[in-house]
This record gives sequence, C-alpha cells and structure tokens, in this order.
Amino acid sequence: MKILVCISHVPDTTSKINFTNNNSEFDKNGIQFIINPNDEFGLTRAIWFKEKNGASVDVINVGLQDTETTLRKTLAIGADKAIRINLEPKDSSVVAKSIADYINENNYDLIIAGRESIDYNGGMVPGMISALTNINFIDKCINIELKDGVVNASREIDGGKENISTGLPLIIGGQKGLVEENDLRIPNMRGIMMARKKELLVLEPTEYSNTLETYNFEKPEPKGKVTLISSDEIEKLVDLLHNEAKAI
Amino acid sequence: MAILIFAETYNGEFKKDCYELASYAYDLASEKNMSVTAICFNASNPSELSNFGVNKIINSSNEELKDFDATIYSNCISDAFENENSKILILSSSSNSKYIGGILAIKLKAGYITNVISKPSFSNGFSVTRNTFTNKAYEKVNILSENSILGLSKNSFGIKENSTKSEVKDIKFNIKSALNKVTSIEKMTTKVTIADADIVVSGGRGLKGPENWHMVEDLADILGAATACSKPVSDLGWRPHSEHVGQTGKPVSSNLYIAIGISGAIQHLAGVNSSKIKVVINTDPEAPFFKAADYGIVGDAFEVVPKLIEELKNFKSSNN
Repeated sequence: MKILVCISHVPDTTSKINFTNNNSEFDKNGIQFIINPNDEFGLTRAIWFKEKNGASVDVINVGLQDTETTLRKTLAIGADKAIRINLEPKDSSVVAKSIADYINENNYDLIIAGRESIDYNGGMVPGMISALTNINFIDKCINIELKDGVVNASREIDGGKENISTGLPLIIGGQKGLVEENDLRIPNMRGIMMARKKELLVLEPTEYSNTLETYNFEKPEPKGKVTLISSDEIEKLVDLLHNEAKAI
Repeated sequence: MAILIFAETYNGEFKKDCYELASYAYDLASEKNMSVTAICFNASNPSELSNFGVNKIINSSNEELKDFDATIYSNCISDAFENENSKILILSSSSNSKYIGGILAIKLKAGYITNVISKPSFSNGFSVTRNTFTNKAYEKVNILSENSILGLSKNSFGIKENSTKSEVKDIKFNIKSALNKVTSIEKMTTKVTIADADIVVSGGRGLKGPENWHMVEDLADILGAATACSKPVSDLGWRPHSEHVGQTGKPVSSNLYIAIGISGAIQHLAGVNSSKIKVVINTDPEAPFFKAADYGIVGDAFEVVPKLIEELKNFKSSNN
C-alpha cells in the first residue's frame, strides 16, 4: 500500500502572531516552525500502517526551502521519502492543484492531509485534492482501519461521530483521534541519522493562477478590562449577563 | 442574478445557521440588486426561509438525500449553482458545509474563503475579512475568480428577519450512488452541540476529575448550553475529544462562553476568541483567562458554580 501524507509547515501553537511588509505578510522572524498538528496525527497513523501492514509512506509539502527542516523531521519520524513542490503557498487552490498533479502521476492508495492547517485555517486543501483527482474523501477523520481492502473509518460530525465503510483509494482530512497526543513520536538519534540519507525530491511547480489574494492582516483590538465580581455576590453576575451583556 | 445559499437541515428542520446565511445573503443581494436562492434537502417546512429574505427555495425531497453525503450533496449544489446562473455561493461553517466547500470550489472554479466575518466590500474588487491564525488575526482577502464561495463564520452577522414573498420548488437532481456507506451514527449528546449552541460551558483541570463534571452539566442544562473542555482534560480522557476547544480542537463562536477552572493557555484563548461574552471562574487571579474575559470571579469552582446554578434557577423562575 502506498500512502502520501500532506505536510504543512506552521508556526508553533504558542507563537505570538505578528505581520510585516505593511501588514501584508506573516512575520516569520523568531518563529519556531512545526509539523501542522492535524498532519502529524495523520503521519503517525500512516507510520502505524507501515509498521503493521507494510505500507510505504511518502510526505509532500508545497513550500520554499525553509520547510525542509520540517520535512526532515517527518523522515526522522519514519516517512520514507519527501517531496517538496518549490512554491510559496499563498492560495489553497494552487497548493491543492500542485499536490493533485503529483498524485495523478504517482498513484497512491491512501492520501492523508490534516483537516486544516493551524496557521491560515483554510480547511479546504483535502476536499480540493479529492475533486481534482476524483478520489473519494472523508473529512474530519478520527479513525481509520483497513482490512481486506475494506476501509472502516469514522468522521466527527457536530455532536457525535459517523461510522463509514468504503474502499481505496481514499483521501482523508485527519485530526486528533487518528492517534492520540501521546502516540506522537519524537525523532530519535537513529531516525535523525537515517533521515539524512532519505530522498528529498524537489519539484518545480506548474504555474496556476491564484483565485485569492490576501492584501492585509490585522490583529484584534486589545480586550477591555475584565469586570470582577466577588464570589459572595454571584447574583451580580447573573444580573450583568442579563442586563448588560444581554447574553442570557 | 441569484446568490445561492446551502441551507442545511437536520431531521427535516433547518439548522439555526441557515437563518444567518439567509440574512447575510439578503443584505448583500439588496445592495447588489440580486435575489437569494436557497437549496435544501428534505426540509419539512421550506417556506420558513422566506422570513429571512430568500426569494426562491429549491427543496429536493428524496430518500437518497436523507443523510449527508459529500459527493451527492456537492453534485446537487453545483447543479443548482449552474441552473440558477449564480456567481456567489454562501455556506455555513458546520462540519458538513466545510466538508463540501473545497470540493465545490474546484467544481465551480470558485475562489473559496472560509471563516468569513464581514460583508463583502466592493471598493477594491470583491473582498471580505476572515478570521485567521485561529482567531489571533484578521485577514482581508480579494477574490480574483469570477465565481466565489463564502464560508460564513457562525455568529458573525446575526439573524435579521425580512419577510419576503418566495416560491418553493422541488427539483429532482440526478443522483449518483454514494461512495461512503454510513454504517452507524453515534451521537455523544442528545442536547445542543458546541457548533449550534448560543452558550457553551467549559471545564478545565481545575475541576480535578471527570466525576465532578455534573457541575458543568447542571450549569449547562439550566442555560440550555453545550458542554466543552480544555485540551488537558480531553488528553487525560476525562471528556471526549469532540469537546476539546482550542487551536487543535474546536473553535467556539457562541454568544456566551463560561470557562470554569481553565487557566487560559494561548491555544485555548485563540479557540474561544470569537465568542462574544466570556466569563471565567478560577481560583488563581493571575490566570491568563482573566485578561481575555469580560466577567470574572476569583474563587473556587466547587463553591461558585453551585451558587451560580442556584442564582440562575431563581433568575429563570422569575423571568418565565
């Protein structure tokens, strides 16, 4: 079985977000980058398939050279080969088209992408790849098992989960639940050494025109001061929520 | 020209965000001299949408459309978009709408923007503001393509009634067979979901253990609220992942968010940032949540919450 995991290179979840170049770009200065958490759950699940079912695991990223540290980390964790499409990701549809082109030329059985990246929160790349490759898609996937060519998967729905039976090939938008937080792997020294010898293929992109263009970022206004209420006067909170906030 | 909205139903009833989508579309349509068409599946009372400015309601009644299927639903919506000569499709931010948004963007060759929080501006092409970096920033985006899809963030526009004369049409779409077979659906809660709730009551590690969650549930019950939790609580297995609120969990954009025993890690605060009113109850006055909240009580949840429940009971009985 051939698995492809789509990897986003995103700021660490604790990052302070700032913008530069007249507020038109994210300021990468001093930012620690990580594997997008939703992708990392999927990558770990893929490595379990590799260990238990004998799958091969490739990873793909659309990004400039700075994302290679993140790709090397995925190789150190256990991916077999990395592909980087040499393009600054500015538009989700262009990212999806670039990945779909690679998939169309290199048949995969299972494609795992994160449900969304934690930076721009577009949440659309896996669905777009599905439409571009005509491969079936399950979003917000929280469990996937394979037996005799049959896929049993679950997806999160509002207020519960839906259990699905389907086949391969398949694309999933993954998230926590595919594996748990404490299943995530920290690369060990042997993994890091091996990662250096694994292939990291850099491909030049096909040119696609953007459908969207970001022209400005803004940060929310700082919050006003909190109104503190004494724990002996809880009736005041109820009153404020009703009369002032109109929330109850 | 019509703006198309996808109005989701659950057991035949419109989900609440349909009314917000309709209100938003009506507002935009009036400004641009357009009309609003809604597409829905198996709605038991489709004409309800006429109260929110929808001119035409395409309600396809078909057993095969009873359960959500991304392939089938996106095919029908895409057919309706083309039949209506539409250029703008408006979706909600529900799990199902986000599921089909990317597929539809490719089918309709549309620029697709999720988490939209503003009305479009036409001063510089066609642009909208969206939430980004999990509510830590806003982004202004121009749509360069002819067609566009806007995924509206919940509670960003509000519901506005506009009684309109509308026609209801039952259209039979050409339905292909589903690729995913739904074997079962497990509902974690019979109550309101985090996605639909106006009020969310959320608990953190300060509650000391899952056995104390009855306090959160009792408070939620009296408010008609959904229950949620912080990341450590779901990682510890005290509560299901589906309740985890934050950057790697769910975003919450409710009217009221009550955080009990949650200190307020940056990832959690980002996830609740778009909620309108935030209340924090915590023993530690230095907890970062106090900086993000509108109202705060410094105190022990085990004393404060039961008292709050009592006060709310008094409030509810005197207001009914």
